[in-house]
This record gives sequence, structure tokens and C-alpha cells, in this order.
Amino acid sequence: MHDPALTLLKPRDLDLGLATPVELGLTHWKLGRDADGIAWALLDKVDSSANTLDDAVLGELDRILDALDTDRPAGLVIRSAKTSGFVAGADVSQFRGASDVNEVEQRMARAHAITDRLEGQAYPTIAVVHGYALGGGLEVALACKVRIAVEGARFGFPEVQLGLHPGLGGTARFTRLIDPLQAMSFMLTGKTIPARKAKALGLVDAVVPERHVRAAVQAAVRGELHGDGQSLIDKLKDSAPARRLAAGRMRDEAKKQAPPEHYPAPNALIELWERHGGDFEAMKAAEIGSFARLMVTPTVQNLIRVFFLREKLKGLAGEGGGIKRVHVIGAGAMGGDIAAWCAWSGLSVTLTDVKPEPIGGAIKRAAELYGKISHDDHLQVRDALDRLVPDLKGEGARSADLIIEAAPEKVELKQGLYAKLEPVMKQGAILATNTSSIPLETLRQGLQRPERLVGLHFFNPVSRMQLVEVVRHDGLDAEVEKAARAFVGTIDRLPAPAKSAPGFIVNRALTPYLIEAMAMLDEGVAKETIDKAAERFGMPMGPIELADQVGLDICLAVADMLKRELKWDMPDVPRWLRDKVEQKKLGKKTGEGLYVWKGGHAQKAPNAAEPDPEMADRLILPLVNTCAALLGDGVSDDPDVIDAAMIFGAGFAPFRGGPLHYARQRGVGDVKAKLDALAGQYGERFRPAEGWSKLEA
Amino acid sequence: MNVLRSPVAGRPVYIVDGARTPFLKARGGPGPFTPVDLAVQCGRPLLLRQPFAPDAFDQVILGCVNVIADEQNPARVAALRLGCGPRMTAFTVAINCGSGMQSIDTAYRYIRDGSSNLILAGGAEALSHAPLVLKQSAVEWLSGLQGAKAPIDKVKAMAGFRPDMLAPVVGLERGLTDPITDLGMGQTAEMLAHYFDISREAADAYAVESHHRLAKAQDAGWLAGEVEPAFARDGTVHDQDDGVRPDSSVDKLAKLKPAFERPFGKVTPGNSSQITDGASWVILASEEAVKKHGLKPRAVILDSEWAALDPSIMGLGPVLASTPLLQRARLTLQDIELWELNEAFAAQVLSCLAAWEDEAFCREVLGLPGAAGSIDRNRLNVDGGAISLGHPVGASGNRIVLHLINALERLDLRRGIATECIGGGQGGAMLIERV
Repeated sequence: MHDPALTLLKPRDLDLGLATPVELGLTHWKLGRDADGIAWALLDKVDSSANTLDDAVLGELDRILDALDTDRPAGLVIRSAKTSGFVAGADVSQFRGASDVNEVEQRMARAHAITDRLEGQAYPTIAVVHGYALGGGLEVALACKVRIAVEGARFGFPEVQLGLHPGLGGTARFTRLIDPLQAMSFMLTGKTIPARKAKALGLVDAVVPERHVRAAVQAAVRGELHGDGQSLIDKLKDSAPARRLAAGRMRDEAKKQAPPEHYPAPNALIELWERHGGDFEAMKAAEIGSFARLMVTPTVQNLIRVFFLREKLKGLAGEGGGIKRVHVIGAGAMGGDIAAWCAWSGLSVTLTDVKPEPIGGAIKRAAELYGKISHDDHLQVRDALDRLVPDLKGEGARSADLIIEAAPEKVELKQGLYAKLEPVMKQGAILATNTSSIPLETLRQGLQRPERLVGLHFFNPVSRMQLVEVVRHDGLDAEVEKAARAFVGTIDRLPAPAKSAPGFIVNRALTPYLIEAMAMLDEGVAKETIDKAAERFGMPMGPIELADQVGLDICLAVADMLKRELKWDMPDVPRWLRDKVEQKKLGKKTGEGLYVWKGGHAQKAPNAAEPDPEMADRLILPLVNTCAALLGDGVSDDPDVIDAAMIFGAGFAPFRGGPLHYARQRGVGDVKAKLDALAGQYGERFRPAEGWSKLEA
Repeated sequence: MNVLRSPVAGRPVYIVDGARTPFLKARGGPGPFTPVDLAVQCGRPLLLRQPFAPDAFDQVILGCVNVIADEQNPARVAALRLGCGPRMTAFTVAINCGSGMQSIDTAYRYIRDGSSNLILAGGAEALSHAPLVLKQSAVEWLSGLQGAKAPIDKVKAMAGFRPDMLAPVVGLERGLTDPITDLGMGQTAEMLAHYFDISREAADAYAVESHHRLAKAQDAGWLAGEVEPAFARDGTVHDQDDGVRPDSSVDKLAKLKPAFERPFGKVTPGNSSQITDGASWVILASEEAVKKHGLKPRAVILDSEWAALDPSIMGLGPVLASTPLLQRARLTLQDIELWELNEAFAAQVLSCLAAWEDEAFCREVLGLPGAAGSIDRNRLNVDGGAISLGHPVGASGNRIVLHLINALERLDLRRGIATECIGGGQGGAMLIERV
């Protein structure tokens, strides 16, 4: 609920300098000069909701510097004219498909020349940052003499997530400005830095509310705003022996986070600093080559692909904020966490269950989650908890725009719930089910208005898994599906549209992988060895550990369902697995499954045998083959959506670009031949699916 | 003294719904909820079941005595947290133990005179959050220290410290002491017990009955809809008044030592109200609001009254406040089918009953022709009271009005009075009738 007075006044907040425009015929920038002679260069990239850096934007910055050379200002302010923030980073699409190291080097050298020129100006240069200053955006800010953060600003170098390190002089400027160990740590982890922390680090010189930006700029022009710079100790940390020592530790740590053979960026960055730290010009020059060499690796190109897969799913969410009130039925692990996440995203949520205790449990988990993700911001935590309303009598169903049913997986129970909901639901409200194993065609039976029943299949844990499968049946109203996808976007998740079919996308593709792991276990392969084989391939965790994490009961139920519904030729689920489920040894949640779990970690034997090189194919190719089958069955017509679903819903090795992309890169013919060979060895379940023809076409 | 006047004419004022939290006994240390948290906990389910949106109210009024520093004007904080919108005016009222009824009375007057149509009126109190107060000498030392600029002044200021400054004063204890007479509330009950010759045994027997009545009401589900569960951040679901002792007995209570006046006093922890956290809301509506939103009036407020007397005998407040209501409505004590007379202390409730039976008191003090008579125990606090479920001072006045309506409905009776004594020497009373 918004206050009209504040709604009117709010747009006045952003201070763009009230400058007299200087006409340069620029597309992305506006230049003006205020009464004090301070030039304000405002970035407002056309046809884009957020600013990103590309050749055109930097080229225009160069022209602005030209203009100021002829008419020297008292100072230059660089800031964004968009409320969305400063600069979100470089425009990644520029580097999509890059394969020539020299070409990338030349492009970066041209960009470096412009930031170097900005840094070389004699007049005060001031970056005013609101919102995010990431990657290239932060590098431009680092080339200014003063950085003013508006409260709420965040800084960071997320390049490492794309398999890169900063490339616009950031590695040299950041390690020169602050404690180099801290700078390296932020570049190696990609973590963002909130404004206060940035001030403490010395990354910014002042943190002010928007209303004091002008005064801060004036103070900066007078030379009153400047950080302390590096301390003597910081400089010592940049000395060669200290760097050697620290680099070794960094390499060990980086190796723990991600295998260097798959993710070369951290080691490249560490080497860059170890060799050139303390020598600003040398480091800056070496950065270009290192950056360009990384850019053409398959890892980076695949991670760029993943970036665009994410953008694609965001695009599928579309615009729309029609859903404000959500009613969640079932306060178990999934329902409770879905409700908590919706409330965190600003929606009004009612959470109902037949008993109060599960709701209490959901509130507890929500309070813990909110505390963690807000860094104990007590106002945010309070407001989100206030929006998450326990609703024992289900009153919220009447006023909800969206009802999400997350009740136990029993057909009669769900249909009974729907029968009670339909008469009270308001006009235009959507009924969604989080079912993972009951066909929507069954659930819609008996509904007055089946066209408003849609599947919204979330993954556990909701707060960390970005994917939501938006499942349609043939009677679904297209507008309802659209609104459901938009809702997924509203709560900052990624929608993967899928046709109603057993297991949808993720569970169906994951199950043959898990079952194959069980079969290998049955053959006497050590579970640690099996997990290692998958991890070597690049999976975030092996199949045995994953099964424990998901819960053996759930794995078993999904496997049985898939086998029944799809008449799959799969090895039978081993008897001992059923026994474990009966003994309530369900995995992580009960402290023991296939592994024993302590403190949230699987206890693995340290000296298990090294995996056979064939093992990865035996595990991964059934998953890849099923993705092709999904394409063949039309569960999704888009290989990109399937790849994205497996990456964001199951953690499939991102640097592989997705299972189907992996198959394409390896060669579809080669994959099929391997599958045929495996079929000869282990059984018909490996036989290539029909769907491969669609990928080859 | 009371001036006889006719009930004020005006628009009818209805109570259409209400809900409260369970009353949670203070168990050493702050409870899970602040006053506003409590107001939000019971306000959310109440608003959720209404046919109108939370921003439909004209205003929000909340009674609260011990406002905590983080929640100045708790009415407004609660209104915003309940989603009533940035444009909802809200104010807090305080008349000590009558605050939760004062909010209803204020709302009643706004609607009666035509300036409002729909008001959310409540009471909230978290006695477990009552602060530890610094001694005045410590406050002076601290402010001296903060004022000192030069290092030498700071050292001098530091030197003024005395260890006894650290002895904290429990804010709650001061809050329950009358500042004019320096008598603790329990002591005022001792005085009434003395004046009306109430025995320790009678007080204990009354207290036991209070516990048994509440336990029965809880078991029978008579509080469903009135008490809404409160969900704490640690996952605990508080779903019923937790001070109740179903196994309470006269023998057990007899073992307790006097709480206020040892060794001979009669008022013990067992026959006093409990120190408790809780909140309660009711929704008041005009005829116009009832029609507009399709509400179902449950009770109409016929009249209300506030009275005052010497602070040392504040426990007689209900007698002084209720009698004029009866006189104006030309009703006798026995015409009232149900009473909610807040149980500050068993001896105090019994003294009120005794006062109405006391011919001299009725003639001289109340201006009645003779003794008003007796109130049947079966018509008084039928489902227990503050002795069994606690007395969060700012909330109790609201709760007794809410419960009176629910009890009238359950017993299919029409007319009732909710009344309370008020620390500092006042009383409040409200005459309602089921619609």
C-alpha cells in the first residue's frame, strides 16, 4: 500500500545535478554543467532497463572527455540516470562466441585507454554510485579519484562466476586501492560488498543518503573527501614474498571451491597478482592478456551461455505484477518454504495447515532464513514475518490472487481441497499445485474450472534453488499460464515451462542418473568412488550424496512413479534401498541414509578407490539421453529450456552449458554411439532416445 | 460524586467481531512478543476473516500502559504492521488498567457522534518486557559523564560513581505501586479485605473457582475464535492462556505466603491476578459501515461510565462505575444477565460484591435507597478471569468486553456489563446488549 504523497515525491529523490545540458549528440550519456561549474555525465543506456558497458558507452565517455578538455570543468561527476542502479557490468553479449585471443586483447586495450584517460584527468573525478556497481561498472568507478556511495549501494566483481576475472584494469586498481588480500578475496569469490563495508574497506570515500549527494560532490570537488589509501601494512602485503605466501593459500582455498581444471579463472587471477602485484602498470597490462585467454575457453563461453539461459527464463517470466496475495496450503518443508519465500519477496501470504505446529515450524525456518539473507536487518525480518500470516482456518483463500497447494501427494486429499476452494476463490484467481508426482490431468478431474489449474513445481530448498517448473495441461488457459510465469519472476525465481508429463523435466532426467548410481552401488562400487566420478565431470555433488540430500523416500517414490507411468526399462530399485526407507534412514534429514550425516555433511571414507574413466559416462549419459527423450516427447520443445532447468533446478555442471549443449559439443553422433555401446554392456535402458533426431535437425 | 444523567443520544454503535492472543504468563525475562507484536498476532487473523480490507478503518485506537521505547504510539505501529496503510490515523490511550476499555469507549463516542464509521479498538501489554529502571542517582551520573567534554572533566565525572547505583529498580514493581499513596496494588486489596471482612479462605476459594472455570472453558472449546494462536519466531505455537492451573485447590493455595504484607496479609500470588502478556482487539461499526461491508452486528453498546475514588481503595472502581449505568438504564443489579468484573484480586472482587450488599455503602456512597443486592456467582466471570488467565493491564479491559459478548452468545443471554478497577483509583464500565 503506497502513500500518494510519497508516491508523488519519490521520483524527486535522484539528484542529477540540475545541470544545464551540454549538447554533444550522445546516445547513452547526458552531459550537463551545474552552477558551480561541475560537469555531470549521466549514463542512461538506451533501450535498456539497466546500464551495461559496451564499446558504444565507453566510446561516448571518450567523447565527453574530449569535450571537457576544451572546456575544463571544476570537477566531473559520473553517475547513472537510471533508478535501477549504477552499472550492472559489461555487456556480456559482446563476448559471446569470442574465439580469437588477439581480437579480445585489442578490444580490451581500447577500453583500457579510455579508463586510463579518465584516471589521468587533472580535475576531480567523482563516481556517485546508487544501486549496483558491478564488474566493468566498478572498474569505471575505480578510475575516478573519489567514489561516493549512496546508501544501499553494492559493489562487486562477479566475473569469477562467468569464469573470468576483472578485465578493465580492475585487478590492478582494486589491489592498489585497498588491502590487497581483501581485494583478491572479493574478486575470487564474486561476493558483493554493501556500502558500509565498502567504506570500511576504503573502496568508497563516503556513504550518504541521496539527499546529501550534491553536498558530498561539492565537498569532493573542494578536495575534502578522500579515503586513507593503503596503509603501510597493506603495502607490505603487496610485497613479493608476502604475495608468494598468500598466493599459495589462495590456490588451496580456490581449489576447494571449484576444480581448477574446470574453472581456470581463480588461478589466473592469483598468478596475475603474484607476479605483478605492487607494479600497477605491469599488472594492468598483464590483465588484458590473461582476461583474453580466459575469454576464449569453453568454460567461459559455456558460462556466458548459462548467463543467457538465465536471461531467457527471466524473459519467459515476462512482465506483470498481478499477483499480490498468495495463499499456501500445507506448511510442510515445501509449502512452508514457498510461503516464506513469497513473503520475503514482498507478497502478502497466508499459510494454512490442518495443525498449527507445522505452521510454527515454517515460521521458525522463515525467521532463520530472513535473518541470514538480510544480515539480521531487523526491519526487513519483521516486515517479512508480518506478511507471512498463519491462517489456520484458511480464510486467505477468499482474497488470494494465487493459491498454491502443497499438500501431501494424495489424489483424494488434493481433489477434496480443490472442491472446497473453488466456491470461495475470487474471480480471476489461479489455483496452482506443487505436485511432483500426480498428473495434472488427474487433479483437474471434478474441477468446475480446470482451465485455471496450473503446476508450480518448486525445488528444495526454495530459497536457494532458482528454478520453478511451470506445468501446463492441455486445458490450461494461456493467460493463467502467463500469469503463473510472471509470478515466478516476481518472486525472483526462474520459470521453466513444461508440459504435464511424469517427473516433468528435472525429476525425470535426474532419476536415471540416480538409479544408475544405485545399480553401481549394487555391483560393489564404493559410494565415495561413484560420487567422485560425477564430481570430476563437474556435478556439484555426486548422485549418492544427492539422493541422501533429496531424501531416499522421495527418490524412491519418484522412481516408482516414473517406472510405472513411463513403463521404463530400468533396473529395479534395490531391495536394500526400500529397507532403508522403511527403517526411516532417509538421508540428510534423518542423519543417516546411504551416508551417515554429521553437522550437515556426509561422512565420506577418505581413501576410496579412484573412479574408472568410464564411470562418468555411465552416470551422466542416461541423464543426457533422458533430456533428449524430453525433447522427443515434447515436454519442452526448447533444448535451451531443458538445459536451463537442469542447471538451475538440479545443479548440472554449469560450465558444461547444460546436458544437451554438452552432447552437442561432444558430438551427438559420439554420444549416441557411446549409448549404444553402454546398452550392449549394461542393458537396453541406455539405448538412444527418439528425441535425438530433434537435436540433430 | 456521580451525577445522574440520561444515556447520551446518538447513532447506534455495534461490535461486530474481536479476537485476542492467548494471555501468556511472564516467566522471568522478556516473553516472545512486544506489545505491538501481540497486537499484530491477534489482529492478523481478526482482519483476515473480515469482508473488508484492513485499510477500510477510519482509525485505530489501542490501549497500552507500558509502552516500550521501540514502539512509541503503539497504535500507529500496529496499524502499519497490520497493513492498514500509511494513511491510517492511530492513537494510543492509557488509563492504566482500563486502557483496553478506554479504546472501545473512545471509538464508541466517535461512531456515536457520527465522525467515524469503522474503528479497530484494542489493548496490548507485555508486562514481561517491563524495563529495569536505573536509579535517579545513576541517571544523573551518566548524564554528567556524557556531558563532560575535556578529559579531566570525564575523569571527575567518572569518580562520582557509587556501586549502589547499579542496583536496578524493577519498572514493573514501580508501575504497580500507586504514586500518591505509595501503596502497592496488592496492598489496596488488603485494605478492602479488611474493610469488608473478606477472609483468606474466601479469597482462595474464589481463585480456585476462577482456574476451574477457565480450564473448563478451554476444554469445551468455548474460547475458539476469541483466542487466536500466536506464533513465536522460535516456532512455538502459543494457543491458549497458559497461566491456568486446572488442578488448583483450596489446600494448595492455603500453603502460599502473603505476597505484599507479610506475615499476616491475605493477598497471595495465588489469589491475585497474574503478571501476563497479551493483546485484544474488537471492531466497532456504525449502521452505515454494517450495511456497506455486509457485517453482522453482535452487540450494541448501550452506555459507558468512568468513575474515580480514593487510590487506596481503587478496587471498588467497578461498583462506582457500574451503578450509574444501572441507574440511567433503570435496571437493577439482578437485571444484568452476565457480568465480567475484572479479577485484579480475589479479595477485591469479593469486596465489590460485598459493597453492593452493604446497605450503608449503597445509601451513602452510591445514592441508592438501600442495598443493591447480590450478584449470582453463576452470572459473574463465568469462564474465569484475570486470576486464572492473567492481567496484561492495557489489554484486560478489551478482553472482558470481547468475552462478555462471546459468553452472552454461548449462554443465549442478552444484557451484560463489563467493568474493571483501575490502579490510581478509578473504575470503568460498559453496558452492552446482544443484537
